[in-house]
Amino acid sequence: MTINPDLPIHFSRTHRLQWEEAQQKNVILYPEGMVELNQSSAEILKLCDGTRTLAQIVSTLETTFNTSGLTNDITAFLEVAIQNGWINQN
Amino acid sequence: MAGSIKTKPTPPRWLLAELTYSCPLQCPYCSNPIDYTHYQAELSTEDWLRVLTQARKMGAVQLGFSGGEPLTRKDLPELVKHARDLGYYSNLITSGYGLTEEKIITLKEAGLDHIQVSIQASSQELNDHIAGTASFTHKQEVAHLVKKHGYPMVLCVVLHRENIHQMPEILAMAEELGADYLELANTQYYGWAHINRDLLLPTQEQFEKAEAIAQAFKEKVTGKMKIYYVVPDFYEDRPKACMNGWGTTFLTIAPDGVALPCHSARELPGLDCPNVNDYSIEEIWNESKAFSYFRGTDWMKEPCSSCDEKEKDFGGCHCQAFLLTGDMHNADPVCSKSPHHGVIQEAIDSAAQSALSANEKPLVFRNSKNSKLLS
Repeated sequence: MTINPDLPIHFSRTHRLQWEEAQQKNVILYPEGMVELNQSSAEILKLCDGTRTLAQIVSTLETTFNTSGLTNDITAFLEVAIQNGWINQN
Repeated sequence: MAGSIKTKPTPPRWLLAELTYSCPLQCPYCSNPIDYTHYQAELSTEDWLRVLTQARKMGAVQLGFSGGEPLTRKDLPELVKHARDLGYYSNLITSGYGLTEEKIITLKEAGLDHIQVSIQASSQELNDHIAGTASFTHKQEVAHLVKKHGYPMVLCVVLHRENIHQMPEILAMAEELGADYLELANTQYYGWAHINRDLLLPTQEQFEKAEAIAQAFKEKVTGKMKIYYVVPDFYEDRPKACMNGWGTTFLTIAPDGVALPCHSARELPGLDCPNVNDYSIEEIWNESKAFSYFRGTDWMKEPCSSCDEKEKDFGGCHCQAFLLTGDMHNADPVCSKSPHHGVIQEAIDSAAQSALSANEKPLVFRNSKNSKLLS
């Protein structure tokens, strides 16, 4: 499964992304499981709100963190995310 | 020997709230204790609200409402709402018995995250026989309703000798019902399942055949359905890392308020498991004898203490060691390094013998009458 560059990306309705105070981490919660996220993964997923495409997510993050060349890393992470069902493009 | 705490333990992540032992079903592999009728007291709503608050504060985030049948508790929506307000990810582990569309909506509004429906087999006759209650048709309706109201649908099927041959039909049923997650749980032989082991334990050939079918299906449905396969540890060479390590991750609260490091730990002698009526969750987790008892490796005897895999499986399951060797400090006999490993082959042989015997004894169903007779 790969990311379609033309479609916006949603965070899955059957998963939950939340900040865990006790762990000082963002986590994804789903039936029988939990994934602990590092800060950059969490920042990417927070932008998967159904309004942005891949290119828009990249440009938002590059602006926010005042950097460039994030396309490959973000694409690779979102491909893992879509394979795990954390995000979708339906 | 046991029980020394050197560093502060990791906080609990998973809380299993066993709201009640009462259940309309009679599954012969039930994980409730055989003598459950001895524990009639149930925590009040206020007690549960307090327990949820305290465990969440320590870091528990995954929450299972279980039983018995948790739907028999009238305060379930109130507990679900409190759990959601606290930020738990909550799961209702139900037989589906008594679950109406109205209740499904009420629980969704209260903030329930998902519902795990158990189905005992892929055919009505076998399901209703194993469950000891006519429930198959209603369970299928419930599965449809769960899906309709936007919950992730988790289907759970416990596997044993009477249904393992139905693997292809079980998988087809999961697909037809639109399950998002399918838990294929080979029976673990504690409590009621231990009594019924001769009738429930499949042969190695049956296991391998079913596992191969499930494996092929898993690849076919990648991206659509997630399969959790709970391994049959009697056919493994090394024990499971039980509970991810004792007192590291999981906290179970029994209906009467007793806090358990695993839901079978009530069977273990001399642990003095504390009650939430007497102590806070923090005291129970950090300071009680029961929760520190098997933490770390200081409690281990040979062959565990010198084993290079001791940090991987923590000696396996203490309940299994107790049930099968009489001493909970022994290595889990599933391990081929255990001097008691022979008891596993004896159990397998005994079950195979029983399957061939002309007058197989009947299953002992989990109900109050049998509980009183056996305890």
